[in-house]
Amino acid sequence: MTTAGAVKAAPWRDPSARPYVEVERVTKSFGDFKAVDDVSLKIYKGEIFCLLGASGCGKTTLLRILGGFETPSSGRIFIDGEDMTGVPPYERPVNMMFQSYALFPHMTVEQNVAFGLKQDRVPKGEIAERVATMLDLVKLGSFARRKPHQLSGGQKQRVALARSLVKRPKLLLLDEPLGALDKKLREHTQFELISLQDQLGVTFVVVTHDQEEAMTLASRIGVMNQGEIVQAGTPSEIYEFPSSKFVADFVGSVNIFEGKLLEDEPEYVRIASEELGGTLYVSHGISAAPEATVWAAVRPEKVFMSTAQPEGTDNVVRGAVQDIAYLGDLSIYLVKLPTGKVVRVTQPNTSRHAEAITWDQQVYLTWDSTSPVVVTR
Amino acid sequence: MNYRRSVFIISCLAFGFAFLYIPILSMVVFSFNASKLVTVWDSANSPTLKWYSSLLHNEEILDAAWISLKVALINASGAVILGTLAGFGLARFSQFRGRFTLNAMTTAPLVMPEVITGLSLLLLFVALEQLIGWPAGRGITTMTIGHMTFSMAYVTVVVQSRLATFDTALEEAAMDLGARPLKVFFVITLPIIFPAIFSGWLLAFILSWDDLVISSFTSGPGSSTLPMVVFSKVRLGVSPEINVLATITILVVTAMIVGVSVWVARAAKAEAAAT
Amino acid sequence: MKRTSYWRRFGITGRGLVVVLPYVWLLLFFVVPFVIVLKISFSDIDLAIPPYKPLLEWVGENSLAIKVNFNNYAFLFTDSLYLNALLNSIKVAFISTLFCLAIGYPMAYGIARSKPSTRNVLLLLVILPFWTSLLLRVYAWIGLLKANGVINNVLIWLGVIHEPLSLLYTPFAMYVGIVYSYLPFMILPLYANLEKMDWQLLEAAEDLGCRPWQAFYKITVPLSRNGMLAGSMLVFIPAVGEFVIPALLGGPNALMIGRVLWDEFFSNRAWPVASAVAILLLIILVPFMMWYQSVQARESAGR
Repeated sequence: MTTAGAVKAAPWRDPSARPYVEVERVTKSFGDFKAVDDVSLKIYKGEIFCLLGASGCGKTTLLRILGGFETPSSGRIFIDGEDMTGVPPYERPVNMMFQSYALFPHMTVEQNVAFGLKQDRVPKGEIAERVATMLDLVKLGSFARRKPHQLSGGQKQRVALARSLVKRPKLLLLDEPLGALDKKLREHTQFELISLQDQLGVTFVVVTHDQEEAMTLASRIGVMNQGEIVQAGTPSEIYEFPSSKFVADFVGSVNIFEGKLLEDEPEYVRIASEELGGTLYVSHGISAAPEATVWAAVRPEKVFMSTAQPEGTDNVVRGAVQDIAYLGDLSIYLVKLPTGKVVRVTQPNTSRHAEAITWDQQVYLTWDSTSPVVVTR
Repeated sequence: MNYRRSVFIISCLAFGFAFLYIPILSMVVFSFNASKLVTVWDSANSPTLKWYSSLLHNEEILDAAWISLKVALINASGAVILGTLAGFGLARFSQFRGRFTLNAMTTAPLVMPEVITGLSLLLLFVALEQLIGWPAGRGITTMTIGHMTFSMAYVTVVVQSRLATFDTALEEAAMDLGARPLKVFFVITLPIIFPAIFSGWLLAFILSWDDLVISSFTSGPGSSTLPMVVFSKVRLGVSPEINVLATITILVVTAMIVGVSVWVARAAKAEAAAT
Repeated sequence: MKRTSYWRRFGITGRGLVVVLPYVWLLLFFVVPFVIVLKISFSDIDLAIPPYKPLLEWVGENSLAIKVNFNNYAFLFTDSLYLNALLNSIKVAFISTLFCLAIGYPMAYGIARSKPSTRNVLLLLVILPFWTSLLLRVYAWIGLLKANGVINNVLIWLGVIHEPLSLLYTPFAMYVGIVYSYLPFMILPLYANLEKMDWQLLEAAEDLGCRPWQAFYKITVPLSRNGMLAGSMLVFIPAVGEFVIPALLGGPNALMIGRVLWDEFFSNRAWPVASAVAILLLIILVPFMMWYQSVQARESAGR
């Protein structure tokens, strides 16, 4: 089974599946500051697991703990069943691709890639062969004799990748791998990374602050905030079923309406929101305390905008178009409601000569009852 | 950036450099003067190379130069080892017992008046000789030890500041790929900071070569260094052979510095062109 | 967030090994000597080799007597020679530092504001004298300042004076020598500091209505404070104890403490007195050295 196939089987849903990497209640403190706060994670073989969060959320520290560059203040790390908690980096079957690439400036591309194999006392002939194969794989075969300062950013990145993969590590850690690349190169490299990972079957853990990157690369994402993992799941789970306001707001854009439960039934709930100036009807049940404040999150692309008044009183609201941003493939509209709240709506520009909605136009906003996600925190 | 400079600044620069170089140039010029009075130009017989050949046959000066060379070479090599260790420790280990002391001990020699250092070293050697019989009298050994003590402080500063800008990710990457810390130091760190270590070596060499005060305190009979010989001559007034010595020194130092700078500039240009 | 150095994992053994060699060396050959100087400053002079009496002496069968002689220090304070020399040294060093600052600051500023290509050449020109022997460069001034030296010859030839000026073996010659020798030590730290300055601050100030000289006073000078302090310490502290320049250029009336120490030691063979002088000098200079250290620490912390 290919890596992608192994991952499609969603091993995280299977309680009997053995995790490849297990982070068990790891905490890392620097003095009084808790960079990583009681984090537990199970990562399965063949996954691309992304740690996503803003700067300072602890994702890089967690990555470094996995790599052996930091020791946890408490908790344990297991890799392929073995307790690796105190093991130094040079004894771990783990390799890391650094954000700055960290290519050795005084060595050629070839020597850089061969370095890890030399440390393992691999016979010379085998080293040459494996290095050549890996360089071909990242399409840098003709650059073997060059030195790092003679390479472009994208080429340096591929050398760093080759260097860390040539040892066939059990786990590859990537620290903001695409951060230094420009947009087009980034997109291209994202798909290359996925393809490479699939071919080699290595488990990846990627740290990034770019949610687009996380969504593209990951089989699963772990959203981190202030040292904790606030939600872990597949990209669609995270996007469509955020467990908190924080996650809903962090990944993608979202409209959040604060409100109180009017009706709470197993198959539906009705929420009255002052912000909205109306009610939301959500066609699934939630679990919340009776008088609790809840938040309903509706994604911008799930909001329909029209000049004609739609039917019904739930999930309908009227407003005026305050701002329009034309992005080519889609347009973003900011619609101001009578309550003062601004709702974000995105619409694809499906037709080249469509009847455009303009500034200050009165519009009706509506959404399907399956669209809102209700969160209680 | 706006590269404007006021007339005031430019004239200050001109004056400053003139101030720095006129004495040096005057020494060079008068080394070709036939007159023994050095500064009174003997236009009848000058310019001449007679003082040059006289210097190169002066046994006293040649012997002293040889001793200076030996001491400087040993000193530079020893100081580089000690200074690199200290510089590495201070740059990398933010906390260890004795860090404050080590830091103080490596910065104090940089500003301490040499008479104090020289005196203290001599008294140490005398006391040691009384206590354990070594060193037996002062000479090249004691001079070298004295030089190494203050040279290593300079090397420490050079290495420490180089390591401060060194990307530790390189060392982490090497460890990540399987190299143990000691190997990382020799295979990754050292080659990359080598230019700094080399300039530290050069600095230690020159400091030892030129040193007068500490050498005077720590030397013994028969181990006079070049500066000591020059000093004893110069106390009595000017001497044309000293002008020659100065000219030769200036030429060598200039050639060395210009050579190194050109080499560095060329390497940097090649790097920039290839990127 | 500071990353814990990986080396921490090493514990005492690995890390300790790295620094133990230089640490022990400096302890033995830098610190211990000072203790010995202190000890000898308390002992009596002796016509023997070495020329001082031991501190501890066996008196009778089972008792050890420590003889701490404060005479040497008393001598220093009663004989005005030493105090005068000390005060004069401090005065000379201080004035020389000011001159170095006055000449060196514009130079460092000019170099820092030049184009990168010119800058490298200028820096090279500043460093070159530094690498040439101090002794030889001071000697050069003998040639310039003496009665039939270059300066007098030129002035007479120009008709400005008719008799040679007595320039050599005067305090004036000593000041010239000290400023000349220590100028690079002032320029280099100042340059290092000014080079890191953000020149756009000045442009912003001028944009807001500040005139160039004001901008200089209000922005450049305060920001270069650390550079000025470092350079001043690098000139002042060694200059106080300077020996070579007073010996060659100063003449018999240039009373500098370094020379006094040398004469006391080599000419008079009064090791205990010389030691006391050294200790006194050390006590005066240590606060300045600590100030220098703290300036350096502040500078690297701000990096």
